[in-house]
This record gives sequence, C-alpha cells and structure tokens, in this order.
Amino acid sequence: MHSWVDLIVAHYNYWIYILLMMIGLYAMVAKRNLVKKIIGMSIFQTAIILFYVSIGAKRGATIPIIEHHGHGPINPEHYINPLPHVLMLTAIVVSVATLGVALALGIRIYQRFGTLEEDEILSQLRREQ
Amino acid sequence: MIWQLDLIILAIVVVCGVGSIMVKDLMGAAILFGAYSFMMCLLWAVMGAVDVAFTEAAVGAGVSTVFFTAAVFRTTRRTKD
Amino acid sequence: MRWFGIVCVACLGLVLAVASSHFPPWGDPHSPASTHVSPRYIEKSVEETAVPNIVTAVLADYRGYDTMFETTVIFAAGLACFMLLRRLGTGPQEQLWRHIPTGVVVHVKGGVRPWIDPRHFEPIDRHWTPHDLVTLTSCRIMIPFLQLFALYVVAHGHHSPGGGFQGGVILGAALILLAISHNLRTAAERFSETTNGVLSGLGVSIYAGVGMACLVLGGAFLDYKELAGLLGVDKVHARSLGIFFVEVGVAITVMAVMYLIYRNVSSAGECDEGL
Repeated sequence: MHSWVDLIVAHYNYWIYILLMMIGLYAMVAKRNLVKKIIGMSIFQTAIILFYVSIGAKRGATIPIIEHHGHGPINPEHYINPLPHVLMLTAIVVSVATLGVALALGIRIYQRFGTLEEDEILSQLRREQ
Repeated sequence: MIWQLDLIILAIVVVCGVGSIMVKDLMGAAILFGAYSFMMCLLWAVMGAVDVAFTEAAVGAGVSTVFFTAAVFRTTRRTKD
Repeated sequence: MRWFGIVCVACLGLVLAVASSHFPPWGDPHSPASTHVSPRYIEKSVEETAVPNIVTAVLADYRGYDTMFETTVIFAAGLACFMLLRRLGTGPQEQLWRHIPTGVVVHVKGGVRPWIDPRHFEPIDRHWTPHDLVTLTSCRIMIPFLQLFALYVVAHGHHSPGGGFQGGVILGAALILLAISHNLRTAAERFSETTNGVLSGLGVSIYAGVGMACLVLGGAFLDYKELAGLLGVDKVHARSLGIFFVEVGVAITVMAVMYLIYRNVSSAGECDEGL
C-alpha cells in the first residue's frame, strides 16, 4: 500500500504529460478538419517538450545561471540540468517553423478544393479520378 | 516546484488542450491554443526552465497564435467537427 | 474511425505510462539524465567561456553545430512557405480606392490600372475599418520599445535568460504588430520584400561565416578560441564574443523568417492586404 502511494506521488507528473501527448495524438488521428489536426500536432509537440524539460528538474536546485562566480567550485547538485533546455529550445523554434509550413499547405488546399474537411476533399478527389 | 501550483496549472493545461480540439469554431480553437501555450510557459517557469519558458511565451503565446488567426482568416471559420 | 482512434491512443498511453513508472522519481538529482555530461557543463562553462548562462553557452558553443543547422531549418521553412504560397506577376485582381475628402469607394475590377490621383485617393483593403486612433497610436508608441527590448534580450543572453532566438522572435513580433495595427502596405514600405529575403539568408551566412573564420585561422569549424588573435582578446573572451556573433546571426534570420511566414500566410500569397 505504501509503495503504491509512493509510486503514484513520484510519477504522477509523467502520467499527466503522457495524457497530454495522447490528447494531441488523438486530435491528429481522429479529427476531420485540417486545422484541428494541425492544432493536435502542436499540442503533441509542446507535450513532448514538457516531458523532456521535466526530466531535467531537480528538487531544491536553482536555475542554470551562475551568479557571483568566484566563491569556489560549483556544485552541480545546486543547478538544474541545462541539457534538456538546450535541446528543447531548438525543438520549440523548429515547431513554429513547421507550423508556418503546415498552415501554408492548409491555405493551398483550401484554394484548390474550397473546403478543409477531410471527407469532402476525399470525395472530390474520387470524383475527379 | 511547489506541487500545488504545479497541479493547478497542469489541470488548466489539460482543460485548455481538450477544449481547443473540441470547439466547433476555429477562431476559438486558435485562441484556446494560445491560452494552452501560455499555461505551458508558466509550468516551465515554475520548473526552473527560464530560457524555455521565455521562448515559449514569445513563440507559442505570441507568434503562433497570430499564424493560426491569419490562416483561419484566409480559409474558413466554421467546422463540422 | 473515432472509436478506433480512441482505443489505439488509449492502448499506447497505457504502454507509455507503465514504461514511465520505471523512471527515477521526479526531481531526483542523481538520475542518469543528470550525472554524465551535464555536471561537466555546469562546472566548466564559466571558466571556459566566461558566460554565466549555461544554456546559452551549451547552445552556441558546446553544441554550436546543432544550432547552425537549426537556423538552416528555420530558413528552409521560410523558403518553403514562400514557394508554396507566393504568386508573383499576376497583379491584384480588384482594387479598391477611397476618395479621401468624401469617403466614396471606387471598385476597379479586372486588373486594369486606371489613372488615379494619389493626392485624393488612397488604396484600401477589402476589410477596411476607419482610422482607429487608440489602436494606431498605442501600437506606434509600443513598437520602438519592443525592438529595443528585443535588442537587449539578444545582447544580454550571456547573463540572463534570453539569447538569439528569443530576441529574434520579439523583433519579428514587433514587425507583425506593425502589419496588424496598420496594414500590410505600411509594413511593406518600411521592410520591403527584398530586404526580407536578404536578411533571412544573411543570418545563416553570419553563423557559417564565423565557423569558416575559425577554420581559416587554423582551428576546427566553430572553434571560437581561434578568434583570439583576430579580435585581440584572450581565449576565454574570444569564445564569449564568438557566442555573441552567432547569436546575432540567429536573431536576424529568425526575425526575417517570422515576418516572411506571417506575410505569406495572412495574405495567401498576394502580399497586398493582410489581417
């Protein structure tokens, strides 16, 4: 009983992040509107970034900016792990760039088919064949 | 890492995320996505990732919401699902 | 399709949740993610690069190759958006000209360009609203301060949260604010399409140019301590200055690409009227 509570308390953060990822993945798979799919993709991306950044968190540690250096060796236990932050900075900016390209594709599709619903586009494509 | 703040912000994040894909108006979905991004930024600031929070505030809650609004303006605002 | 989606996603979520329950507890300072390379970065970054912000030091110096290709990806995304949407050479299909003294709007169709006296007529958008003093004045006051703050963020990336990306995005957001509050033509007078294209490639060239300079001076690619002889400082400060130069390059590219994507998406390629 005690170990179940310990397990939940130590890991509930990861489970909520996985729930967010699954919400984004569901939107990408099951929604018919293209803009909703793009929103799902963005939710998925930010949830993954949250997952990675949370791996670097440390209890009782401060932000990874060293101030008033010169008081001796720096103890890494006092600073949050900066490596996931670095990787996720790249991920955020690349995600906004791909969002721009995805929206440009959505606008092109709308100009060509007149609609953004997936089933209407598929029926138009089948009629043209 | 105040766990009460963490839980409240996580609850708001999940609600905004679910809301932005369930709403039938695409403009509302874009604005809810902006709110979701901003709550994520607060979550990272609470966790101590200040650079990531700064970038997400500028990119997600700012520029990304404007891109969605511009795209919805140029296509259609209503959706069936 | 919807129920199939829910079932698949739920199964995947359950598998991931079970797998993540084997992770070390959240916030553990002795987890494997925090015990191999990152203690070395935390201990050595100030004495090797004189940059207190460890994230900036790792991003632009220790992992500088990554950041260079990320800047290239941003440039490629802006290029892709431009090539997908932009329609050059067709000209506006219909124009609206408004007579300034009386408010009468003349609707010209068919791409014909009649003789219109620019002293009495102004071109307007299809979704034109009258002059709104509050919005226009407040945005005109805010934009220079936004740009100043963005330059501060780029320059102080060494000592506070910030750096090239954040400053570049805020600069791009200032330009987008100008385009939203006034109209796209006003923003195009201040920041033309040619300037936009040139600046978006210039940032990547600055980054690669700094790397090539290090190569030419005898070290490895993007090894900033070789710049010490060129700049006249010692090796530690040469790395700090090298980080600053590449951050400036990243900021320029990000600013230009954000504005490029906004311009193309909001006008669906025409670049004459926006939001």
